[in-house]
Amino acid sequence: MSCNRLSSIACLLMMLGALTGCGQEFSDDQKAVIASLSLAALPALPPDPSNRFADDPAAAALGATLFFDQRMSRDGDVSCATCHLVDRQFQDDLPRARAVGVNNRRTMPLAGTGRSPWLFWDGRRDSVWAQALTPLEDPVEHAGTRAGYAHAVAEHFGDRYQRIFGALPDLSAVPARAGPRGTAEEAAAWQAMNLGQRQEIDRVFANLGKALGAFVRSIEPTETRFDRFAAVLAANERPEGDAALTPDEIAGLKLFIGKANCATCHNGPRLTDDGFHNTGIPVVPGLPDDLGRQTGVQQAAADPFNCLGAFSDADPQECGELRFRVKDGPQLLRAYKTPSLRGAATRPPYMHAGQLGTLEEVVDHYARAPAAPSGESELHPLTLSERERQQLIAFLRTL
Amino acid sequence: MLALIWQLVFRRRMSYWATKPTEGILKLKLFYLIAIAALLAVGSYFLADMGSKPQAELDVSRMRTTANDTFVVSVEPENREIKLGELHSWLLTVKTPDGAPVEDASFVIGGGMPDHNHGLPTSPQVTDNLGDGRYRIEGVKFSMTGWWELSVDITSASGSDSVTFNMVL
Repeated sequence: MSCNRLSSIACLLMMLGALTGCGQEFSDDQKAVIASLSLAALPALPPDPSNRFADDPAAAALGATLFFDQRMSRDGDVSCATCHLVDRQFQDDLPRARAVGVNNRRTMPLAGTGRSPWLFWDGRRDSVWAQALTPLEDPVEHAGTRAGYAHAVAEHFGDRYQRIFGALPDLSAVPARAGPRGTAEEAAAWQAMNLGQRQEIDRVFANLGKALGAFVRSIEPTETRFDRFAAVLAANERPEGDAALTPDEIAGLKLFIGKANCATCHNGPRLTDDGFHNTGIPVVPGLPDDLGRQTGVQQAAADPFNCLGAFSDADPQECGELRFRVKDGPQLLRAYKTPSLRGAATRPPYMHAGQLGTLEEVVDHYARAPAAPSGESELHPLTLSERERQQLIAFLRTL
Repeated sequence: MLALIWQLVFRRRMSYWATKPTEGILKLKLFYLIAIAALLAVGSYFLADMGSKPQAELDVSRMRTTANDTFVVSVEPENREIKLGELHSWLLTVKTPDGAPVEDASFVIGGGMPDHNHGLPTSPQVTDNLGDGRYRIEGVKFSMTGWWELSVDITSASGSDSVTFNMVL
């Protein structure tokens, strides 16, 4: 074949490429969506008005210390980092978290959680500091009591605590173990304390949460290959090195924002709408009934450490997510929070109790759109070829 | 662009035909294949473009008459820019059909995404009566792009009626 002929074919292919792929692969609408998913679209970390120590470096440093300290548990063998592993995106690769006991849910990664209006899979807490307090007293997680934590702070971190939060209360008459979520004895000891004592302990406990919250909110999503690709695309330049996505990854991206409708819920630079959806995820046999958001929203409203509570630093006007929460309705039943997909490809298993083991199973679930165990799934069945499934997964690995 | 593709195909075809007939036929097939692929590509490009705006026919007007003509209602976001996923407020103006402001109204706000079978991600409420038939709705959030409905049930001394606004983000 002559050079002339070759160049003619090349020219034709380039023209085709200009229309459908290669050079100008994306329409302006698609480019806008891609830009909206990129880390470049992430706004500055919003303030947390409910925690006046949220951006205090000393509080964040104390929070980091507490995060890794196993003394912050009943038996001295569990820290936040037991399940939120620092080198594993702050999660544990297990279907259900294991600490003092086995949890009913999967550990969530922590990057970007300071930006979530609702924490946990069912959104049962409304700030990262209120979230941090919950595992500390959960019988299958740290299994400690708030009175016990106040003693531990006084013993090990008294100076650091008081430099940030002011004087610790007198703990001489406070039982070593007492808390409303503890064992029968611990709960009885809590009830036996007078109201003033309980409030003082609650204040110390809330401050522990605020220090932990200040640390956790500093954990932010990091740039990935997709972000480098999106930056080059936005600048109308040719992607090079690892910023250049393969044809399969590009096809997967187009499916993600197009036919497969992933970006409907997995939107914005964190790839989540921060909402709750019933996607028909199967029940784990043997676990108690899990109603998802239906229970979670009631727990968030009842939490004494929420944005409207006595330990919040926010003006009620600043608690919009809590004030205007959806309180009931069929759409809450077995609805779970849309997780961020950043880094998701390297942290199986998936879903709120690790029900799906691989990305292949996840894509297959969304394509089949099975009926929900209870409530109604929002999914619609989708026809995806084997090739398209692999392309979608190839794209997910760039996130 | 199409003309250019056809011209190229045609020109190449003629030259091959003139030199090596058998090879030319093979090449001809190749060029036809490319040309057909080009046509399909162009066609799907335009189809895809058309398909990306399915809500073009929706009535997205911000002033509407309620279902039984009891009120004329208009809405506008309090701040011009609506950001996906952020709580924001709207201003609502309620008048009778002859233009008198309705100042004693109470409201139930609802809505959702008809295409996705889900409601609003929040429960917006009217939190302020600003006078002159104007009210503030707080706690509105749109969590994804697409077609949203915002419904307003209104009760006043003039009666009860409702209206639904379409929003496309």
